[in-house]
Amino acid sequence: MSSSVKEVVRKRIALTGNEAAAWAMKQINPDVVAAYPITPQTEIMQIFADYVADGEVDTELVTVESEHSAMSACIGSEAAGARTMTATSSQGLALMWEMLYIAAGLRLPIVMPMVNRALSSPINIHCDHSDSMGARDTGWIQLYAENAQEVYDNVIQAIRIAEHPDLLLPVMINLDGFIISHALEPVEAFTNEEVRAFIGKHKPAYSLLDVDNPITVGALDLTDYYFEHKRSEVEPMLHATDVIEQVAADFAQKFGRRYELFDEYWMEGADFAIVVLGSTAGTAKVVVDELRNRGIRAGLIKLRVFRPFPHKQLADVLSGLKAVAVMDRSEGMAGMGGPVFHEVRSALYDYEPRPAIVNYVYGLGGRDITLNHINTVYEDLMDISRNGKHAKGRTTVGDLVTYLGVRE
Amino acid sequence: MANLKEMAKKGEFLAGGHRACAGCTFPQIIRQTLAAADTPVVCGAATGCMEVTTTIFPYTAWKIPFIHSAFENVAATISGVEAAYRSLKKQGKYDKDVRFIAFGGDGGTYDIGLQSLSGAMERGHRMLYICYNNEAYMNTGVQRSSATPKGAHTTTSPAGTVEKGKKQFSKDLTAIMVAHNIPYAAQASPSHWNDLVTKVQKALATDGPSFMNVIMPCRLGWAFNPEHGIKIARDAVNSCYWPLYEVVDGQYKLTYKPREKLPVREFFKEQTKFRHLFQPGNEHLLAEVQAEVDRRWEKVLKMCEQA
Repeated sequence: MSSSVKEVVRKRIALTGNEAAAWAMKQINPDVVAAYPITPQTEIMQIFADYVADGEVDTELVTVESEHSAMSACIGSEAAGARTMTATSSQGLALMWEMLYIAAGLRLPIVMPMVNRALSSPINIHCDHSDSMGARDTGWIQLYAENAQEVYDNVIQAIRIAEHPDLLLPVMINLDGFIISHALEPVEAFTNEEVRAFIGKHKPAYSLLDVDNPITVGALDLTDYYFEHKRSEVEPMLHATDVIEQVAADFAQKFGRRYELFDEYWMEGADFAIVVLGSTAGTAKVVVDELRNRGIRAGLIKLRVFRPFPHKQLADVLSGLKAVAVMDRSEGMAGMGGPVFHEVRSALYDYEPRPAIVNYVYGLGGRDITLNHINTVYEDLMDISRNGKHAKGRTTVGDLVTYLGVRE
Repeated sequence: MANLKEMAKKGEFLAGGHRACAGCTFPQIIRQTLAAADTPVVCGAATGCMEVTTTIFPYTAWKIPFIHSAFENVAATISGVEAAYRSLKKQGKYDKDVRFIAFGGDGGTYDIGLQSLSGAMERGHRMLYICYNNEAYMNTGVQRSSATPKGAHTTTSPAGTVEKGKKQFSKDLTAIMVAHNIPYAAQASPSHWNDLVTKVQKALATDGPSFMNVIMPCRLGWAFNPEHGIKIARDAVNSCYWPLYEVVDGQYKLTYKPREKLPVREFFKEQTKFRHLFQPGNEHLLAEVQAEVDRRWEKVLKMCEQA
């Protein structure tokens, strides 16, 4: 999020990330919400249940008996032409896994705040991105937020993105568990009328409730059709960055805050940069400011959109640099670092020249990420930029990965 | 009491040309169910034979709205459809009167779908859940489920030289549904079409969740002559293996009492899944099954007498 392009005076309220998500949901006023409690998402559904109990929304709240049923009910509801939302975290997302693919394959524009939390085992309730990264190939669009304001703005934009007739894809709005979900921050909120005018009415092309024009949803595809249907599911993903940018432009025009596929922070004239998503971007910005004050040409990329992956746009920005460090808040268990690293490195493969690219896995299970940690990453990048290789002499793929802040 | 002439005027909601086995009995169950409805119906099905054989893209046998999403969740999926209906209706965005029916096989109902079903019934969605109960996982090739009767040969409870088919009796899912205190639960059979249709009508008229457990002879897994499906279903009822009753607001009522109770062996004899029970040395197994069928029948009678 960059600074306002338009001066707009609005209501500023103190909200946690969870409250901001719930507040946005209230203003969206979905026809159906089906949800199941799980730390650290629980608050979202509790707050929303209050809105339902107090008649502040028209929503039918389906308090299902599991996240698997939450996503199943969302699929039924959206297929019946209702604007439908849910929210989850961690094990809940893992339990939904089967249904995430089905929601996307059936092209149902379900919108879901997803409060990032580590996956078991060992069981842990704190933030990392292993949950949403595990769902990266499900066909959902994924947005990530740095703070409560971005959560609020992303949830509102997600409705427009998901329901765009060229897309019809489900959207997951990620926010870091506890760090964002439970931290109180000032959020500039719009009026219900403004939000409802922005998102517009839900106009599904097909509905199970259109009994005069019956449809069959979820038919069996065999070898003669499955491939074509999966191929056609890729098509909207190819155009999704355009739609996300269009919605962001409209949002900026209406509300004054501009969103991009990723934010470039001090990238002009940068020699090297960190790529990061989520709340850690805020910490990294402080370090970049200090380095820039010392005349060091450090930059930062904060990824907002991870699915679809903005590979071309990102490569255009990164390809001229000397060195890039990709920060992953999850471990890919691939033996070569985390998922964001794989994507960024792959995006740059065809570019010449291309920067040295290294990976830092950090913050698993809520482990603190401090200014010092980020400083060490930039120090490494300085060495790599200067020497053309990693300061510690690392050259092989396996050696490209550093674990930050772990006792080894 | 259903009127066959009136029902016939409603037309067919399940097209011919679907790919169920010759002799399969779920098409009759679907047709009897849909003929019972007086309002438009939206149906869902769990993954299984019914979904696989009726919706092979680019074809569908369903002339009414139909949804399938996965195996264990048809109750949750239809919960969502019904919640959407209630929401849109109360907001004035929809004005038709529609009913919702979920179909699941015994695998998708007794086993993997039990949680989803329990949740939907407890929440009170106005839907009819119908278990088409062929007493094993037939779509994957006849594996045992918790609905498979004791002694039955399946591919995962085979009758071998030492073990003689499934070791356990089936669980009483209808009783489990009654224990949810839903307003309407029943057992039915496609052989007794009038009884089945009347029960569907009562269920659809119930302002709340309802459940029907319908016995469904399976040509593939039970292995009988394809023209005998309905006869075998009738034998299941007349042997009191499959009692026909309904439970309205907790009150049991027997809806059909066989004039003459057939021995279970009469119901079993044509089915190759029970063939080994008729071999010398296995008489005790058949006797055990008969004793359990008698015990369960007596229990149902007692529940009905108490009412």
